[in-house]
Amino acid sequence: MAEDLVPRSDEFGLAHADQSKAPITNHESASFGKQLLGFWVTFKTMFKKVNTVQYPEVKEPTAPRFHGRHQLNRHPDGLEKCIGCELCAWACPADAIYVEGADNKEGERFSPGERYGKVYQINYLRCIFCGLCIEACPTRALTMTNEYELADSTREKLIFEKDDLLGPLRAGMVPPPHPMYPNTDDSNYYRGEVTGSHPSQGVAKND
Amino acid sequence: MSIQELGTQSQVEVEMITCVIDGFEITVPKGTLVIRAAEKLGIQIPRFCDHPLLAPAGACRQCLVDIEINGRAFPKPQASCTIPVENGMIVKTQLTSPVADKAQKGIMELLLINHPLDCPVCDKGGECPLQNQAMSNGRSESRFEGVKRTFEKPVPISSQVLLDRERCVLCARCTRFSEQIAGDPFITLNERGALQQVGIYEEEPFDSYYSGNTVQICPVGALTGTSYRFRARPFDLVSTDSACEHCASGCSMRTDVRRGKTLRRLAGEDADVNEEWNCDKGRWAFKYEVAKNRIKSPMVRDANGQLQEVSWPEALAAAAQGLKNSRSGVLVGGRATIEDSYGYSKFARVALGTNNIDFRARRHSQEESDFLASAKLTATYKDIDTADHVVLISFEPEDESPIVFLRIYKQVYKRSIKVTNVAPLASRGSEKLKANLIKTTAGDEVQAISNISGLTSKSVILVGERISETEGGLSAVLKLVENSGAKLGWIPRRAGERGAISAGAIPNLLPGNRPITDSAARVDIATAWSVDSISNEPGMNTDEMINSDLQALVIGGVDPMDISADAKIKLSKKFIVSLEIRQSDITDIAAVVLPVAAVVEKSGSFMDWQGKVRKFDSAVDQTLNRSDVRILSMLADEIGRPINLPTVKSARAEFDSIGNWDGSVNSMKVRSAVAVKSVSADEAVLTSWRNLLDKGSLQDGEENLAGTARKSMIIISKSRAKALNVETGDHVRVSNSYGAITLPCQIGDIDEASVWLPRNSLNSQLIRNLGVVSNSVVKVAKA
Repeated sequence: MAEDLVPRSDEFGLAHADQSKAPITNHESASFGKQLLGFWVTFKTMFKKVNTVQYPEVKEPTAPRFHGRHQLNRHPDGLEKCIGCELCAWACPADAIYVEGADNKEGERFSPGERYGKVYQINYLRCIFCGLCIEACPTRALTMTNEYELADSTREKLIFEKDDLLGPLRAGMVPPPHPMYPNTDDSNYYRGEVTGSHPSQGVAKND
Repeated sequence: MSIQELGTQSQVEVEMITCVIDGFEITVPKGTLVIRAAEKLGIQIPRFCDHPLLAPAGACRQCLVDIEINGRAFPKPQASCTIPVENGMIVKTQLTSPVADKAQKGIMELLLINHPLDCPVCDKGGECPLQNQAMSNGRSESRFEGVKRTFEKPVPISSQVLLDRERCVLCARCTRFSEQIAGDPFITLNERGALQQVGIYEEEPFDSYYSGNTVQICPVGALTGTSYRFRARPFDLVSTDSACEHCASGCSMRTDVRRGKTLRRLAGEDADVNEEWNCDKGRWAFKYEVAKNRIKSPMVRDANGQLQEVSWPEALAAAAQGLKNSRSGVLVGGRATIEDSYGYSKFARVALGTNNIDFRARRHSQEESDFLASAKLTATYKDIDTADHVVLISFEPEDESPIVFLRIYKQVYKRSIKVTNVAPLASRGSEKLKANLIKTTAGDEVQAISNISGLTSKSVILVGERISETEGGLSAVLKLVENSGAKLGWIPRRAGERGAISAGAIPNLLPGNRPITDSAARVDIATAWSVDSISNEPGMNTDEMINSDLQALVIGGVDPMDISADAKIKLSKKFIVSLEIRQSDITDIAAVVLPVAAVVEKSGSFMDWQGKVRKFDSAVDQTLNRSDVRILSMLADEIGRPINLPTVKSARAEFDSIGNWDGSVNSMKVRSAVAVKSVSADEAVLTSWRNLLDKGSLQDGEENLAGTARKSMIIISKSRAKALNVETGDHVRVSNSYGAITLPCQIGDIDEASVWLPRNSLNSQLIRNLGVVSNSVVKVAKA
């Protein structure tokens, strides 16, 4: 059994390859003109536009669909879109996402509907930025931003918690927990019929 | 009827039938359903309502196949879960018949019309038969464009089960289970047509002891458990086969753990024990292991009387110091695994050099010790399946061993077997079993037992541990068994008791049921343990140890309030080494506290009431807690008399190598009954047992489960109620010189001289409140 595991080098002809017989390029035969031609490439490049960017002093914008750090989005009234279904974690080929769902309680609502993501972690030491999680997300809660500056000094700091991933509160949003928009249910939210917060939901951010 | 059942019947000549399914010939016993015959060939027909342990219903119509008998085809596809095979039958499933395939796809499309797109928020997502079969046998796209029917969601039908009617596919598995298996028809199908829905009776929640099974068998996410709601997905969970630690029924279980935390437990499959069911206590009571008062490190009591956390060597040295050269004993508690009990047994005999060891942390008697050492307990679940008559003595199966109840109920439902119950009152369980009640006063069972007649060798007598509270009770039982030839089963309440007897954690027995009085038995064990000799001095039982002047005790999982009201005070005068998982009344008074592993954290085995060994593995690996036996082994090393059982595995191997005693056993000393206490008009004889769901310490931390516990009630007879001028619901006060309990009363079919209270329920903890549990005269008055 053990012999079978030893690679048989002669199968590929490697054992018989004689390195000493490899052809050697004859440098002396190159003419002076050909040498000059080589230097011409170097010379010409001196007048080309330089591609080097002086990062981090200068930061170029990424392509619009660049796969950067994730963001957990909010509904226009501030409720979280994430329902804690774990489909992102399921889709993740690198096992980088950890989610724990929980029940939205009366008086303590984080998302429309029954369920919300109580714990949401992405481990950027594992994430390969493939974007399968984004495709899996049934509520468009998870999207990717163009942010790519994720280096840090400890492993712990590279596990992003829900607070780190949640999108900012924009104008008109009320920070959860708060009730749903009056006389709506979760399907109104998913259809995009809720476009802002209602005074009964709490004090909205204004700017 | 399942294949397994048919398999056992085939030993008694069952006609075999040959049919053809998808071109393959198969021979099966007569009565086998087409869907099951196909399963045997490895052909899976999609289904929802079909369940091997429930009667066929043909409710979901998903299993349609083309059937032809002797050249004549059924005009339309037929439900394969309701049609038994016949000779010459040719079945074409979805694999070979386009008609069947189209029919199944059509049914699936209809089922999905009103099924919400809930999968991302549904607990069943990822392990859902509807999800899976919609993928395998459904259309890839929906043609439905209308508005789905909606219901309010979710509706709690009890504190531990939630109903989402939108998701229901009306398979009637839950209602059939409740009616046919549990005998609790609290859940039913209401309305008709598109509005048909599962519902409960108004103002009567689904408070069945077995409601968790409906959650497990629901093929969609219509019934979900409150405690597991939104906690995990199947791919998060690491599943381990385990055994239930709650009672002596011995259920096979599956424990699902996410990141070192137990999230749920499901009933496992074992045809010889629990079939596929378990009770709600086994399913949901597991949070005690993560309780806040869990002991994390060893502790030693300092000069100021405070427990201080110390290192293991320090704690072991302190324990050894106190145990060495002192007269000592061991209380094991009824919940130890066989391996741990064996460890305690060897520890007592080798390290402490005494036979003072007892597993009984409850009321017990010398008569019981004798009985356990001599009686042949032969009854099994299979015997109940074939019994003509089951006799229950001081044993309420629904409360004290719920799977035994299911097994008896199954035969009552199917064959209407005779059940006789010797008890002071007709409990709900005994009413469901349509038991013939022989009403007795507590303490007066002997006469009733002796009068039982009409038993044959196919009858089964099941005795509960409470019979030890009646002097002469067990003697009468043995006599009844002798005279009738019926099979006898002794069913304790706790999971570890039967194993503890066999491991010798009882004063009069050595491991393998060897009598301590037999010198050959002692030599056997001394040789196995490589010690010079084993003491033949009879040991003390639990009561004697507590009341004696022993200086030191090693105590496992024992609650002194299970034994007697003054046990704690008496124990506090001794040097106590406590092996515990959580802070308790014993750790309050212990000199040394050693933390041990909870069941999910260790491997081991329990012995169920049949004597069958139920092995289990540790479900949570990431723990530093170790099984009792390992800690006892370290302690014995410290004392200087090693027991050499460093692991559960080594304890198991050594115990197995010792084997069972095949020599003679002492016959039991027959005790006669004592005179029954006489009561005056305002007095009654107290009688009680523990409800399945009560204040038991293993149910701590699970509020949803506690919500379905039966209300604490005082049960009195009709004539007493009349004399006291009370009606059901009025408060009644039961008192004695020790204390009093005031609770609402219920008028029941109870012996005239008796009053019943739950033994350890909310506001009714008898030892704590009255100092007695049964067979004692109390005053009963209107409150």
